[in-house]
Amino acid sequence: MRKMLAAVSRVLSGVAQKPASRVLVASRNFANDATFEIKKCDLHRLEEGPPVTTVLTREDGLKYYRMMQTVRRMELKADQLYKQKIIRGFCHLCDGQEACCVGLEAGINPTDHLITAYRAHGFTFTRGLSVREILAELTGRRGGCAKGKGGSMHMYAKNFYGGNGIVGAQVPLGAGIALACKYNGKDEVCLTLYGDGAANQGQIFEAYNMAALWKLPCIFICENNRYGMGTSVERAAASTDYYKRGDFIPGLRVDGMDILCVREATRFAAAYCRSGKGPILMELQTYRYHGHSMSDPGVSYRTREEIQEVRSKSDPIMLLKDRMVNSNLASVEELKEIDVEVRGANQWIKFKSIS
Amino acid sequence: MAAVSGLMRRPLEQVSGLLRRRFHRTAPAALQVTVREAINQGMDEELERDEKVFLLGEEVAQYDGAYKVSRGLWKKYGDKRIIDTPISEMGFAGIAVGAAMAGLRPICEFMTFNFSMQAIDQVINSAAKTYYMSGGFQSVPIVFRGPNGASAGVAAQHSQCFAAWYGHCPGLKVVSPWNSEDAKGLIKSAIRDNNPVVVLENELMYGVPFEFPSEAQSKDFLIPIGKAKIERQGTHITVVSHSRPVGHCLEAATVLSKEGIECEVINMRTIRPMDIETIEASVMKTNHLITVEGGWPQFGVGAEICARIMEGPAFNFLDAPAVRVTGADVPMPYAKILEDNSVPQVKDIIFAIKKTLNI
Repeated sequence: MRKMLAAVSRVLSGVAQKPASRVLVASRNFANDATFEIKKCDLHRLEEGPPVTTVLTREDGLKYYRMMQTVRRMELKADQLYKQKIIRGFCHLCDGQEACCVGLEAGINPTDHLITAYRAHGFTFTRGLSVREILAELTGRRGGCAKGKGGSMHMYAKNFYGGNGIVGAQVPLGAGIALACKYNGKDEVCLTLYGDGAANQGQIFEAYNMAALWKLPCIFICENNRYGMGTSVERAAASTDYYKRGDFIPGLRVDGMDILCVREATRFAAAYCRSGKGPILMELQTYRYHGHSMSDPGVSYRTREEIQEVRSKSDPIMLLKDRMVNSNLASVEELKEIDVEVRGANQWIKFKSIS
Repeated sequence: MAAVSGLMRRPLEQVSGLLRRRFHRTAPAALQVTVREAINQGMDEELERDEKVFLLGEEVAQYDGAYKVSRGLWKKYGDKRIIDTPISEMGFAGIAVGAAMAGLRPICEFMTFNFSMQAIDQVINSAAKTYYMSGGFQSVPIVFRGPNGASAGVAAQHSQCFAAWYGHCPGLKVVSPWNSEDAKGLIKSAIRDNNPVVVLENELMYGVPFEFPSEAQSKDFLIPIGKAKIERQGTHITVVSHSRPVGHCLEAATVLSKEGIECEVINMRTIRPMDIETIEASVMKTNHLITVEGGWPQFGVGAEICARIMEGPAFNFLDAPAVRVTGADVPMPYAKILEDNSVPQVKDIIFAIKKTLNI
């Protein structure tokens, strides 16, 4: 019975997808690419920064849009599943921060390496795992990427080292992966992410020191979403210029809500590291819509107005969509098609409770 | 030359020797190797064998190692493979674990395991648990090594034994060599193992020479992790120990032998996974058990052995409760007389054996 239903739904979704988009594409002439101005990055110990304009192709734009929308849908699905108690324990969602994971991936190669902390579902996807594997892991199934033994914070993939639960511990690990990159001599870099809360951990400064001393190809990335759990940056850090906290390590502060800005900054940082100059630090200014985790409503330490303002003015998916539509890279309908596709695809298996 | 002088001294013998062309062979001097040299050899051989192996830690390179264990390695292998780190245990242990995750095979030295407490999160949460948490996807082939336990006069913060702490954790292998053969065979096995392995050496043993059997001189000499060794066969009582106290147990056994008590001394070699089968078989033969360790009594290695003996078939063969001989339950004092009485001595082992045997 279940198999029959699955087959039926597959047929239906297949029927719904293909013909409409083919018809739409055929009826419009879109631009192949467009040039956009992006915000200039604040620089620390750098003469020059990333370029202030960038070219976005239609193909890339559609790809980034689809990826960001998939991450958004996946996180909202996880929210649903958590409230149904099908996901247990910790669940830290990254909706609002999609430009970071998709933008970083756009700036590096699949052979480069990435490690992050516990707000990792987006990165797990952009580094190559399927939504199905991720949701299966979150719901404790054998088909999960860690066979159900890891859960939300312990998902791994090729050249993706998790998913780490101990705040800050992933930063020396990332410097170690960068050491391996240098040791192997293959021009690979390691993106080592941490949050504004973790930025005050001592071991991060130990990692800065050794990475600089040994010129490790490590891109330290502070994903600053303004709150470490419930503590705002002003209440946690004597200096909130996270891109300068590497001191002797050059840094740049990037608009983390603009995927093109993130992509250009990442390309710049990766080129810097690959040239053998040593580590570099990027601060991505971003925002999370959800609370710290599913057990945090997220409104006791910040206002609903603030959340709403970011949503309406700086939503990363909206920003990309507006850019693409306004420069004729895609139509509103086409992007809506993608929304429907992402929502309807059979990766959103109906999960039954496993308890 | 020798033949000529021999002719002078024993003419008759030499004449017959000349007639029969006998070759004289002097017995070869037994090869004596200190524990330090054995570890050095083991690391050297593994560094040579596999490009991915490298050593990092404080003073391991240009200083030749704080205790000279890595003497000569930096000269031979250079900066890329033998790395001096700043004093940043948490940082460099994390870096070592990350390098292992990315496919290298680091040997991470802690100057003493007391300092590993600074980095213990990386050892447990980043190294030990990862293979399991990732559903078998991500292995961490790292070795953490360094001197463990009491030294001489270094006082409380520099004398702790971590066998019980690390032995507690699933995902880690923990070994504790006693003599040179142990040291070489276990460090090589540890380096070749794809799991995180903690090697608990002993500073007071570094300079002690032992006879090195010929098998141990081979570049592929390995001692399997998880297998204990019976150092001395006996019939009256099983004496289980690890690291330096094994030597004290053998001394005690020699003394007691004169009184007709034959001790079976077991050198654990591995703390985790513990070779309880060898201990059980021995207890089923001798009917008596004592454990000897340098660490503190509460939740220690001896406590675990006793618990497992009770849970297994050997319990029914015990004629007396098992007794633990351990370090005193105090932070290590400085004054020599206090320090001496805070670690198990030969007399304490003899006392425990006699008490168990009701003599």
